[in-house]
Amino acid sequence: MKQTLKFAALALALSLPLAAQAHKAWLQPSQTVLAGNNPWVTVDAAVSNDLFYFNHVPLKTDNLAITAPDGSQVAAQNSATGKYRTVFDVELKQTGTYKIGVLNDYVVGQWDEDGKPKRWRGTAAAFATEVPKGAKNLQVSQSISRVETFVTNGSPNDTALKPSGKGLELVPVTHPNDLFAGDEAKFRMQVDGKPAAGIDVEIVRGNTRYRNAQDEIKVKTDAKGEFTVTWPEAGMYWLEATSEDKKTTVPQAKQRRIGYVATLEVLPQ
Amino acid sequence: MRVQLTIALSGLLALPAYSAEINLNLQIPQLNVAEYHRPYVAIWVEGPDQKAAANLAVWYQQKATNEGAGTKWLPDLRQWWRRSGRTLKVPVDGVTGPTRPVGKHALQFTDRHPELASLPAGDYTLVVEAAREVGGRELLKIPFKWRGASDGSAQGSSELGLVTLASKP
Repeated sequence: MKQTLKFAALALALSLPLAAQAHKAWLQPSQTVLAGNNPWVTVDAAVSNDLFYFNHVPLKTDNLAITAPDGSQVAAQNSATGKYRTVFDVELKQTGTYKIGVLNDYVVGQWDEDGKPKRWRGTAAAFATEVPKGAKNLQVSQSISRVETFVTNGSPNDTALKPSGKGLELVPVTHPNDLFAGDEAKFRMQVDGKPAAGIDVEIVRGNTRYRNAQDEIKVKTDAKGEFTVTWPEAGMYWLEATSEDKKTTVPQAKQRRIGYVATLEVLPQ
Repeated sequence: MRVQLTIALSGLLALPAYSAEINLNLQIPQLNVAEYHRPYVAIWVEGPDQKAAANLAVWYQQKATNEGAGTKWLPDLRQWWRRSGRTLKVPVDGVTGPTRPVGKHALQFTDRHPELASLPAGDYTLVVEAAREVGGRELLKIPFKWRGASDGSAQGSSELGLVTLASKP
């Protein structure tokens, strides 16, 4: 039961629109710029109210994918899930940029069964077999969201940063491990591989516990799907963009929620 | 007669009798801290575009460890790392060296330095960045002329002391 609740909270957190008081999902690496022989990073994965504190639920990392600088996939190590967070380590055997990301791609269904509302969540493939045909008052929506972060061992490269072409994605123009306070950085948002214009992007610096306001930076993507941000100060930043469209792959689903989250480290000059 | 002699002398001095050089005096201050480690120091030349034009010196801990000697901490020299460090394969002959103790260090870089040999004459900025384990970080800049005469100095306030520069054509 507890597990189900957690699951529901997580689903809620990942599917709530920007305007709501959404919980924040994030992956936070211990550091983003590394060197030496096979350095390691440890990553915290959580859903929380504050950045970057563990005060709600751990982020599920079932769909964790770590892309190495050569484009291959590497496995997380020493993974553990506690009450508030999931932790795992990544050994950076190659030089270049790693993308660490969690992809949540699922269908949410709700219908009435014996007079009670029944909720279901699963993959598009499981939908056909697990959701009863002719379910009463069936409401279906799809959701695809990504939570990502980037770390670089030595000199940065772009292979792991290539978008998959599915859902809402960030395509860095400025390298995500080359961000400095006072500098301007440029990024592009894509939906299904195409530039996404008019997407609202919210950027919040971490350490929210130690200030009285979120101090969020709000930007909108231009016609090319691009936006720029000038980092006001150094720190770990949380970037989120959400949108909705009708590009569903399940016929019963009328709408699709798309979301994107990245944790970016901005260094002092 | 005297005037003529002076002219003759100055004419002699103007001849490229010496190779171009940069003389640097760099002070690593004594710090009253519980745990002291020698700072990592990078000294490089920046063009007007802020790109690294020449790496003059990089001092870091050279002792072999399975983490790759002290290379693990080279990104702490943040701006140097960003400008050129991360694309550099260390150690580099004539550039990288061990960390140095507290005190004044007189350094000379001539046009025989591997990175300066091909540097065109012009206006540049000398950048000194120091980062210390469990300590702070400081970056100083001094504009100068390469293959020209110039003087400059910058006063550090934490990880670096006074840095003075004199360049000769």
